[in-house]
Amino acid sequence: MTNRNDIQKKQSTKGNPIIKIENLMKSFGDNAVLKGFNLELYEGENLVIMGKSGSGKSVMIKCLIGLMEPDSGYIEIMGRDLSRLSRSDLDELRTEVGFLFQGSALYDSMTVRENLEFPLRRHKHKFGIVEDTTPLVEEALKNVGLLDAINLMPAELSGGMKRRIALARTLILKPKIILYDEPTSGLDPITSKEIIELMRNIQKQYKTSSLIITHDVDCARVVAERMILLVDGINYAEGTYNELASAQDKKIKAFFKH
Amino acid sequence: MLGSNSIERFFIEVGDLSYFTKRFFKEVFSRPFEFKEFLRQCYNIGNRSLLLVGVTAFIIGLVITLQTRPTLQEFGAESWMPSMVSISIIREIGPVIIALTFAGRIASGIGAELGSMRVTEQIDAMEVSGTNPFKYLVITRILATTLMLPILVIIGDAIALYGSYIIENLKGDVSFRLYFNKALNALAFGDLVPATIKTFFFGFAIGLVGCFKGYYCEKGTVGVGLAANSAVVFASMLLFILDFIAVFITDIFFEI
Repeated sequence: MTNRNDIQKKQSTKGNPIIKIENLMKSFGDNAVLKGFNLELYEGENLVIMGKSGSGKSVMIKCLIGLMEPDSGYIEIMGRDLSRLSRSDLDELRTEVGFLFQGSALYDSMTVRENLEFPLRRHKHKFGIVEDTTPLVEEALKNVGLLDAINLMPAELSGGMKRRIALARTLILKPKIILYDEPTSGLDPITSKEIIELMRNIQKQYKTSSLIITHDVDCARVVAERMILLVDGINYAEGTYNELASAQDKKIKAFFKH
Repeated sequence: MLGSNSIERFFIEVGDLSYFTKRFFKEVFSRPFEFKEFLRQCYNIGNRSLLLVGVTAFIIGLVITLQTRPTLQEFGAESWMPSMVSISIIREIGPVIIALTFAGRIASGIGAELGSMRVTEQIDAMEVSGTNPFKYLVITRILATTLMLPILVIIGDAIALYGSYIIENLKGDVSFRLYFNKALNALAFGDLVPATIKTFFFGFAIGLVGCFKGYYCEKGTVGVGLAANSAVVFASMLLFILDFIAVFITDIFFEI
């Protein structure tokens, strides 16, 4: 395990962080979920945040994308202070940040095609004025290997297919950063492996930076270039998978027990 | 006796609903307008309720006529039947019963739909994709219910009168033209306009409560059921309060 100074030295060679979180705090009533969380994500990096259920991972990622307001702390995405953005500026910034929801969050009442077209309705200008969005939809579906599902309804898809379509919907705006909230939760081991492989391919193809929230050790082992362990609302430890997996600290060891 | 917690919860709910209403009026006039979605909701909401409203209204017309006829007959006043039925249906029974039926179908539908979208993070997904979910989901539905209910009430009133005419025709051998001449001649400006105006408020209240309950749904799938259920109860209660206010105001201006 490396200490924070070592990590900062390594990171100084990577340039400015694309996402920066400082001293993030969030409470629900008397329950303090985040108690001063810090994070820096660099361009092209895959950063995994691991933590037990209820440790504040999802709250952190929702604060990051502006779905929740933190009690205090500083969040910066691509050099822009999130707290100072107007609604329209935030929407604009969100085109650069894709979010894969834990339960896929596909729109039930829409077909797969309509699900993928939905994010384009406000952001066509990003691709020039696109009247026919079919090529963009088909490209995104091809990249997740589900072009045949274009006219299906979400209810007709399996859990793994839903996750892939949700990923295609995330990719359609060609974001620079992708936030994954438990990308493999609720999936069988084979489908989980497929999703993990897909995440790696997407990162290579789209050259995205990824922030992955998970409690799946296998997912972390394959995907993580760097990891942060979130315990009791703070960064408990940081390092590469191997560094953390070989640590002697009891709390860290508990994460890597199979 | 109600506990202090229930009373507190009730006032918190009313306060939250007031903020929700304020947000509606703040965002309804700002761009972008979701016109296509509004039209889709009008079609869905109107179309989904038409058969139910039609059947309910037809039965109201039949039942009122059947039940009132013997009493009027006792006084030899059967000829007053068309005017009595038209005034009672147009002024009060039509708008209130059709609004209650509409609330049962639409407020619960909206509550359950938005509630399930909330618990499955679809509303968050919309927000993240750069679409304002309040404008796309809430404003379009409230506007659609506000516009569709008056149209449904007008259609329902006509069907109810037709139902009443069928009974009159069977029992009293009254012609279509004579029945509707008497029924429509009995109506005055003060019967039609306030009754129509109040249906806009009824439609608004039904959409507002359905959206409010669904949009702030909590506690997973159990919450979806609760949202649907409480949307109907709250909307129905609000309808009676609004109806009382409407009748009170109408009484001041038109001396009914």
